[in-house]
Amino acid sequence: MSSWSRFAETFLNAKVMHRYLPDILSGVVVTIELALLIVATGIAAGLALALLRSLGIRPLNWLIIAVVDLFRALPPLVVIVLIYFGLPSAGLAPSGFVSTWLSLAFVLMAFSEEIFWAGITSVDRGQWEAARSTGLTFGQTLMSVVLPQAFRLTIPPLTNRAIAITKGTALGTVVAVTEILGQASSAMSNSYNPSPLMMGAAAYLVLFLPVVVAARWVETRFAWKR
Amino acid sequence: MPGPIVDARGLHKHFGALHVLKGVDLRVAERELVFVIGPSGSGKSTLLRCLNRLEEPSSGSVVVDGIDMLDPRTDINHARQRIGMVFQSFNLYPHMTALGNVTLALRKVAGKSRAEAEALGRAALERVGLADRAAHTPGKLSGGQQQRVAIARAIALEPRVMLFDEPTSALDPELVGSVLEVMRSLRESGMTMIVVSHEMGFARNAADRVVFMDGGAIVEEGPPATIFERPAHERTRAFIGQIQRH
Repeated sequence: MSSWSRFAETFLNAKVMHRYLPDILSGVVVTIELALLIVATGIAAGLALALLRSLGIRPLNWLIIAVVDLFRALPPLVVIVLIYFGLPSAGLAPSGFVSTWLSLAFVLMAFSEEIFWAGITSVDRGQWEAARSTGLTFGQTLMSVVLPQAFRLTIPPLTNRAIAITKGTALGTVVAVTEILGQASSAMSNSYNPSPLMMGAAAYLVLFLPVVVAARWVETRFAWKR
Repeated sequence: MPGPIVDARGLHKHFGALHVLKGVDLRVAERELVFVIGPSGSGKSTLLRCLNRLEEPSSGSVVVDGIDMLDPRTDINHARQRIGMVFQSFNLYPHMTALGNVTLALRKVAGKSRAEAEALGRAALERVGLADRAAHTPGKLSGGQQQRVAIARAIALEPRVMLFDEPTSALDPELVGSVLEVMRSLRESGMTMIVVSHEMGFARNAADRVVFMDGGAIVEEGPPATIFERPAHERTRAFIGQIQRH
């Protein structure tokens, strides 16, 4: 047996792959569901916090900064474990799926708040002044003048962060979420063969490569010349 | 004689420990063109920005076209429509076309429909000689053209008063003329204008009155010929001498 066929037998075992393909695919569905939920809610919450922060209410801003710094400092795994094992003592018992979703959404919220905030503050003060001098309200200026400019600046760091966080769905294995990695590792222990892990890796590539490419397209699409 | 259209009295402005305006009175009649000159840091831009409350005066009163600008009951966004402002750095919205820049406040503040706003916007661009640039974004326009779009953005709202904060200072010398030309035609149409600028030639020809500020106060004011040729104060003489040497 050549070394290549030994490798193939171990890592690309067709029989094992065929057998566990349905499991991996169901994991893909769970990962997609989780990722979409995390990205949608995390970014929306981050934007909401950044908008609240732009109102400039001091005590509120201290609170926002405290929450944001907390979730940026904690490892996501710790947040997942705290929510999954900690909330039941407060009378709530979120499933592993919900715990993973909430935890990673909080972390993404924290990072995206900072990204949106940086975008908003990077818009020149003259833009605010010009808009306000024509009678636009604070809210109209924010929506029509400042945010469209801020968004263009935030797209690259936001996509990077969203991709990084959604890969964190793999942490859900710890609280028994049956996403890609969870399915792959249980299949691996059941079959005594690492081929399911290779399928999992392939699934991540198939999922995330288009996202990365799409992010690149969006960046060029939204670029404008000053 | 009707009352002044701009009536600012006893304006003080503090920035922390800095006392930038020290009791400034400025009254401007309708159709008058007032030039405000003075060394940098003399408070002339701050004075201008207090008139539309981009800067909150520490004390004093500002009445524009009969509206008490500092009264908390005043709808400041409504009042600001009557006061156009043009900035040194143009401050056009880079993500919109020239027409988009001009029509934004028409739609959002003046409540015009898109079609109405675009018709008024095109007319305003026409007045500054840029009807053919309506679809261009600011990045595709020269500095002089950008400043003229900024003027169009302000006049489209049909303001009663126009404030110009060093409108030509950021422009290459060869582009200054086109902006001054637009300002001259505005003046001829009877617009009340308050201009912070060092364009002495323009001031001499077009201004009704020149106000010289130094150290947060008005040192003296009068017709351009008087201020430029026979200033009463030593500080005015020194300043005029300095800018004329350049």
